[in-house]
Amino acid sequence: MAGSKEIRTKIKSVENTRKITKAMEMVAASKMRKAQDRMRASRPYAEKIRNVAAHLSHAQAEYKHPFLIKRDVAKNVGLIVVSSDKGLCGGLNTNMLRLSVNQMKTWETEGKGIQVSAIGNKGLGFMNRIGANVRSNIIGLGDVPHLEKLIGTVKVMLDAYTAGEIDQLFICHTKFINTMKQEPAMVQLLPLSGETLGSSSGHWDYIYEPEAKPVIDSLMMRYIESLVYNAVAENMASEQSSRMVAMKSASDNAKEVIGDLKLIYNKARQAAITKEISEIVGGAAAVA
Amino acid sequence: MANTVHIDVVSAEASIFSGEAEFVVAPAAAGEVGIYPHHAPMITTVKAGSLRIKVANEAEEQHIYISGGILEVQPGLVTVLADTAVRGADLDEAKAIQAKEAAEEAMKNRTSDIDYAKAQAEFAEAIAQIQMIQKLRKNIH
Repeated sequence: MAGSKEIRTKIKSVENTRKITKAMEMVAASKMRKAQDRMRASRPYAEKIRNVAAHLSHAQAEYKHPFLIKRDVAKNVGLIVVSSDKGLCGGLNTNMLRLSVNQMKTWETEGKGIQVSAIGNKGLGFMNRIGANVRSNIIGLGDVPHLEKLIGTVKVMLDAYTAGEIDQLFICHTKFINTMKQEPAMVQLLPLSGETLGSSSGHWDYIYEPEAKPVIDSLMMRYIESLVYNAVAENMASEQSSRMVAMKSASDNAKEVIGDLKLIYNKARQAAITKEISEIVGGAAAVA
Repeated sequence: MANTVHIDVVSAEASIFSGEAEFVVAPAAAGEVGIYPHHAPMITTVKAGSLRIKVANEAEEQHIYISGGILEVQPGLVTVLADTAVRGADLDEAKAIQAKEAAEEAMKNRTSDIDYAKAQAEFAEAIAQIQMIQKLRKNIH
């Protein structure tokens, strides 16, 4: 029975791998549901704050927030890259990073400076490896995207924008379309254009308490933060579904490999038995 | 119901309250404000404190604790954009510095210029691998 022990060991090892991928698949499936719920839960806030921002961009005349003013030339660009902390989730991060790098290359050929902010371990590692100028980062967000953790990272970029170090700010993340489909997307955050905010109804202005500036400042900051939060929440939902699909196909593959190996094992076993019988028969014939 | 105003209390992480109210009291930055239906359009920052909502057709007032945020009053609609995090200029600044330092720490051992060629080669490889796996899977079935 040459090699049958090796095959048995191999089957055992593939079976163990399958147990792990199967477990990861189920964990991802349950996390995915929660991540999707969180993604949906963040929508009302985003919608409301968008409406208010839209109204402000049209109504306010005496104070115009810097986020709303389009600059003539964009010399430097900021990019927030939203990735997952952990791997084993198919092509999720690869696709997103490819989109960012292609865009970064275009910017560089246009002679623009690029500053990157990385959310998530994978994006940070990659941006560092290729030598991008990483201004701020946050890793280890866990399964729940707390806004509190994102504030600092986003603020660095917003401050850079206010200080004129960057003239545009983009965010790249993976858009959740459905469980089977996620697509990388690049969205411009700053400057906010009136078109993306949409038109507002009515031509009344607010009473600002205590003053227009601080209120608008804090509102705009929260608006950008909510956009980033949304992107992160969506990215997490994408991550879990992508992982679930990847792990499912890994489990299926393992199952096939096990099937093939078992076939080989049985053939080898049968061949060994046949050989033994023919030897015995041959031996008996020689004696008789 | 003519004499009520619709109020939405939302935070970035969840929708907290939505319904018709007869009267709302909020801890605005300049002092408490009470809002009845048909209030003039107003926008103000809100301090940490308790939001009191007199819900229509209910005797009891609803109390919601918020850690700050923005209060917006439109004709017939009140929106409270509540913060989930405790905010403050100093706190935010500290967080920004932390994020910056983390980036500097991570950047310590890296190559000087952006190596696009290397990056794209890496992607090409990864994508090829994924496509290969997909092709293999299709052939099996």
